[in-house]
Amino acid sequence: MADGKDLHLEGVTKRFGSFVAVDDLTLTVPEGSFFALLGPSGCGKTTTLRMVAGLEDLTLGRVLIGDEDVTQLRPYRRPVNTVFQSYALFPHLTIFENVAFGLRRRGVKDYRQKTNDMIDLVQLGPYADRKPTQLSGGQQQRVALGRALINEPGVLLLDEPLGALDLKLRRQMQIELKRIQTEVGITFVHVTHDQEEAMTMADTIAVMNHGRIEQLGTPGELYENPATTFVANFLGQSNLIRTEVVETAGDAITVDCNGQKVSVDSTRSHADGRTAWLGIRPEKIFANTSGPDQGHAESNGQNRLTGGRVTDVSFVGVSTQYLVAMPWGQELMVFEQNTGQRPPLPHGTAVDLSWSPTHAFLLDAQQDATAGLMRPEDAE
Amino acid sequence: MTEGPATATDPVVDGETTKRRGWGWLLLVPGMLWLAAFFLFPTVQLFFTSLYDPSGSYEEGYALTWHFANYVDAVRDTWNLFARSFLYAGIATVICLALGYPLAYAIAFKAGRWKNVMLVLVIAPFFTSFLLRTLSWRTILSDEGPVTDVLQTIALLPEDGRLLATPVAVIAGLVYNFLPFMTLPLYASLDKVDHRLIEAAGDLYASPFSGFRRVTFPLSLPGVVSGTLLTFIPASGDYINAELLGTPKQYMIGNRIQSAFLTEHNYPLAASLSLILMAIVVVMVVFYVRRAGTEELL
Repeated sequence: MADGKDLHLEGVTKRFGSFVAVDDLTLTVPEGSFFALLGPSGCGKTTTLRMVAGLEDLTLGRVLIGDEDVTQLRPYRRPVNTVFQSYALFPHLTIFENVAFGLRRRGVKDYRQKTNDMIDLVQLGPYADRKPTQLSGGQQQRVALGRALINEPGVLLLDEPLGALDLKLRRQMQIELKRIQTEVGITFVHVTHDQEEAMTMADTIAVMNHGRIEQLGTPGELYENPATTFVANFLGQSNLIRTEVVETAGDAITVDCNGQKVSVDSTRSHADGRTAWLGIRPEKIFANTSGPDQGHAESNGQNRLTGGRVTDVSFVGVSTQYLVAMPWGQELMVFEQNTGQRPPLPHGTAVDLSWSPTHAFLLDAQQDATAGLMRPEDAE
Repeated sequence: MTEGPATATDPVVDGETTKRRGWGWLLLVPGMLWLAAFFLFPTVQLFFTSLYDPSGSYEEGYALTWHFANYVDAVRDTWNLFARSFLYAGIATVICLALGYPLAYAIAFKAGRWKNVMLVLVIAPFFTSFLLRTLSWRTILSDEGPVTDVLQTIALLPEDGRLLATPVAVIAGLVYNFLPFMTLPLYASLDKVDHRLIEAAGDLYASPFSGFRRVTFPLSLPGVVSGTLLTFIPASGDYINAELLGTPKQYMIGNRIQSAFLTEHNYPLAASLSLILMAIVVVMVVFYVRRAGTEELL
């Protein structure tokens, strides 16, 4: 495995007429990693995947696996296999024949043993002689996975592989996919629009939007320190407050938030103008009932915004979700873990909000604060 | 991995059985009546006719004497016509398949927005009469005609060679007349083939040819079977092509049946020949469909 089979995309561009589906994409997927391309539909993630598979020609750029330039290779010559969104199982072949398909096309002699092993790995032993239509969706999904994995490809591409499964099954398959990936050590490139799916499984996520990568990093980095409003909204939820940058001193940037000063770690700033979006995740905010002596979280270095009022309380069970109207009219989200330390705050309670400077982030004020927000039609 | 209990793998089991039986079978009645009147009754009638005493005649009438010897006589005198019919029909079917498959493939996969235009062109010959079209092939294949000229020029045909009145002409006529019956079912099958399956085959190391052999072609088999049947069955009973493009040396069993019925008025002979033809075709079709593994078509 030391020969370096990293997947490199260099300046990959795809145009359909005047529409730019993928715009000058450059990235490296390290060998053996579980990599997710995450983005809303139409962001170019599937097109990117198809270009790696060879099912779509590149307009510009190169695709390399290790040192080998595969840009011009036909799909059947690439060391790449795909788990298709529709599974694309061959309906006239049995499960065994489906799984053995790739090995037999390459003339592998002992394909029988390997095929049986793979069918066992994806736990379909009893179904080897059935046709795909006789299996459930989850079973078909595993056939598609086994059929691709058995070829031990340099890169395995997964195009929304769990999209057709119901929620409960999808969670199971996420764990299962991760287990298999760890077991076989093959590079997985996983395309999905489901941020939770990407975060659960992937080592590295590239968030795509309009054919470009918005941000690339580990799930933790992307979530805790998003670089754009799109990422801040598309992964989880964020409060974005318009602020004026007052001063930069050492590691801390002080911003004026409608008359109240708060500070942000400079490593967490992705803005360079005079104004910036101050972003804070709802679960990072603590709501204190207003008053001179509420004690909790009042201590050293905490940021604090005063003058809030609870306008909505949703009890979710594991947490309570508040909407807090601030003096400048904006409503901020605050999630509080249901630890039982205190009863939920009633509607109308006057509150101050506090959080650690290491939990907020600053984003470019030129960006649309609503970018990446889940629209109702995207909801599942 | 405990989703889907084993019983959930048989999707047909639930739901349908508990539904109340409706009156849907009534929809069958008109078609069944039609078939009874115009297929079943004539066939039974044909069967009795085949067993009439051959000493009777059209003018004086026949007696039903269960004269099974009619069949023996029929086969004895005409076995070479049967053989020729199936040979011509078989060759014509193979050529139709060879011509029709690429055509149907191109229409299904490559025609794009010209698909419908091309389909109309495939059935366009039906806008003129079968007889007229076959007659025009006499002109095309005539001794002084362009096809003969060209073939003679490039020495594929000797100087005194001819096309008309040869087996080539009869088979060419059969191919021409039955090509749409081959092309349309092939197209219907190929058009249904999911392109993503062909992509998947390519992704799994199948070269374009191998992908065609392992995926596209097997999935188009129902079209191949119905196309060959729709070509072979009527072609083996055809007499127009042999009549108009051939000579008595090229006559097929259809010509014999036609003359027995319409010229000699030898009804018992004509009827037994018809039934023998029917029986042979049915046996061949059943055998063929079994071999092709497409029993669900029957």
